[in-house]
Amino acid sequence: MSEKIKMQLQCPMPKFDFEVITLGHGSGGLLTHRLLKSGVFDIFKNDILDQQHDGAIFQLEGKLAFSTDSYVVSPIFFPGGNIGDLAINGTVNDLAMCGANAKYLSLSFIIEEGLAMSAFWQVLVSIKEAAENAGVQIVTGDTKVVEKGKGDKIFINTSGIGVVHPKARIHHNHIEPGDVIIVSGHIATHGIAIMSIRKGLEFETELKSDTANLNHCTQALIEQFGSNIKFMRDPTRGGIASVLNEIAELTQLGFILDQRKLPIEEQVEGACEMLGLDPLYVANEGLFLAVVKGEIAQDFLSALKEFPLCENAAIIGEVAQTPAGKVLMKSGIGGSRVVNYLTGEQLPRIC
Amino acid sequence: MCLAIPGKIISITDQLDETFRKGKVSFSGITREVNLCMVPDAQPGDYVLVHVGVAISKVDEEEAQKVFSYLEMMGEVEELKTPEPIQ
Amino acid sequence: MKYLTEYRNPELAEQFFEEIKRITTRPWTLMEICGGQTHSLVKNGLLEMLPDFITMVHGPGCPVCVTSISVIDEAIWLAEQPNVILCSFGDMLRVPGSKKSLLEAKAEGADIRILYSPLEAVQLAAENPEKQVVFFAVGFETTAPANALSVVHAHKQGLNNYSILASHVLVPPAMEAILGDEENRIDGFLAAGHVCAIMGLEEYFPVAEKYHCPIVVTGFEPVDLLQGILMTVKQLEAGIYKVENQYTRAVQREGNKLAKDTIDEVFVTGDRIWRGIGRIPQSGYEVNEAYRNFNARVKFNITIEPAEENKECISGDIMKGLKKPFQCPNFGTKCKPEHPLGAPMVSSEGACAAYYHYAGSKMLQD
Repeated sequence: MSEKIKMQLQCPMPKFDFEVITLGHGSGGLLTHRLLKSGVFDIFKNDILDQQHDGAIFQLEGKLAFSTDSYVVSPIFFPGGNIGDLAINGTVNDLAMCGANAKYLSLSFIIEEGLAMSAFWQVLVSIKEAAENAGVQIVTGDTKVVEKGKGDKIFINTSGIGVVHPKARIHHNHIEPGDVIIVSGHIATHGIAIMSIRKGLEFETELKSDTANLNHCTQALIEQFGSNIKFMRDPTRGGIASVLNEIAELTQLGFILDQRKLPIEEQVEGACEMLGLDPLYVANEGLFLAVVKGEIAQDFLSALKEFPLCENAAIIGEVAQTPAGKVLMKSGIGGSRVVNYLTGEQLPRIC
Repeated sequence: MCLAIPGKIISITDQLDETFRKGKVSFSGITREVNLCMVPDAQPGDYVLVHVGVAISKVDEEEAQKVFSYLEMMGEVEELKTPEPIQ
Repeated sequence: MKYLTEYRNPELAEQFFEEIKRITTRPWTLMEICGGQTHSLVKNGLLEMLPDFITMVHGPGCPVCVTSISVIDEAIWLAEQPNVILCSFGDMLRVPGSKKSLLEAKAEGADIRILYSPLEAVQLAAENPEKQVVFFAVGFETTAPANALSVVHAHKQGLNNYSILASHVLVPPAMEAILGDEENRIDGFLAAGHVCAIMGLEEYFPVAEKYHCPIVVTGFEPVDLLQGILMTVKQLEAGIYKVENQYTRAVQREGNKLAKDTIDEVFVTGDRIWRGIGRIPQSGYEVNEAYRNFNARVKFNITIEPAEENKECISGDIMKGLKKPFQCPNFGTKCKPEHPLGAPMVSSEGACAAYYHYAGSKMLQD
């Protein structure tokens, strides 16, 4: 079910009377109107959107979760995806980490003058595909244009509403010594894929971003394991080290990792060695960390690995009473080191 | 100070003159163009140490193995010289 | 990864630890020169596994840490000139100058680009003829050939919009400065493997001889470092002091002649100010007369007021191995990576940063 469905688009890019988006198209209502008229947003057709109200009207039963995030990745196209994929998967996953299944999303664009319609169209197609894969509907949105130089091609904001699974008991307060730390797949892949096309640091690789929606597999796992899942988070910017440091600080427990157990692709390792980067701090997509009760850890791992995108999931450590508030990692050699917060963005080094 | 890591030369891509000799080098599957002018006898299949995009040394495969037998060798030499210290 | 991962073998490391423990009868203080070696010792948890008799002191082999505060100011001044693209290695961006860091200057609008290789800066210059491209050429001897090569490439391509801001430093003068200091307690050195891959071993013979100090050229992986430590301790226990080579898979006695020739083509040796230590004679490279058109200092006629170091930073004592980072009153309090008082806290190679980021529980208790 988590298999990415590649949508065969029946209709090609609609014909527009303009090749690039400019301020002259008007901001806000006027631009949205022109884009709507041209048929660009037809790919998002659904009952709620078609009402063309200022806001979406719908009914939802149960405990709800609500999340928002903005997407500013540069470059907007990268191996394995584009900003559109991140914009849908990111918010769907934020809700998934709360134990919720995303249902409805809002979608807002801030477009820098000069963005080619063909690029915009590609982003929209990716958004449509990602939404289909995640089983969510885009029910409201907005489009604005800013002057050249005041943006960076395109910024996207998505906000999402989802229904929390009745068995979900996810909160860092539930974490206790003896719990086990699990990661759902290879770490650092997305960040390194982006790095590979970054001007000045480029290298050739087959690596692609592993951006993906995590709601289907997490919902199934909550159904099976309920309150034995204490905590989940997707380690995007700042990598797994940042997420673990946050919960270590909040819980004042010790989080002990084993370096030999970290699942990492060979090419990612090679790139990290070459650039002097620590994979613990590299951004991830399509990946989540879970802290689960020790007794069910193996069963949880087996169930997780059934999902095609999670076949490289692994147990990477455990929670202990000490060192309080810190993340420790046992090196391959046997000694240990403290894994601290990252200060600012990790930069490649020569030393 | 000097992050240099071993990579395998896949191919020589350019040889305009001696200072521009370039090759494609692989580090566990990721590849990058590297300047090879300071290792003129390094050929495809050889490993070189790369620092900031320049190969600074060719890895001596024979010497590379010696680290693993160093302790054994030391053990043999010690036995010849002095008896084992009593623990 | 071949020629890398094998040297991280835990069983082999354990054997080296045992042998070091077996032969050590007295306390010894060793210095590893290179920041990369410090990084590896701390990152792999090796320091806490060494026997208590062995004290590792972290040397000034972090070019980022020893680049003087005035040179950072020069780089920032250049970056803020109209039409200049300043290119730099990532390490340098967070190091504080007298008023700000390059990263802060970037946020304020200066065109500063991170590059992996100086050769790419030359390409950038070729692609942007209307701009002046300056490469912030930092490093020890390891990086000097690449930086020199970039100048050679620019010269051969007839580019007049490329120059470098040189801030190269040399290891042997630094070692002499440390050994010559009356407070010096270093018994033996692990010399920097990649520096010696370029320069060879010859320069170290007179140093070992003069100061009766064993010098072992060592690599960077855990097994390399342990073998290097073992070889040094063996010499010390036997009362001998010579130059040995642990890193034979990468280092030859004569070094890399072509690399040295490239350095000599573009650079000339001169005095240099080491941040936290002061002026060390004949301890750095500057672009020579023949290539003055590629010397950013000459080209832009930079005149910057020499800046004073932050008085609270004891980086000099740390880099000479006289104090450990946690002995600094500001360590972890006033001085942290997010707001460093000096360079060793911000550079990934700096001793202070290494201790701050990686220190295992044992080190924190010391």
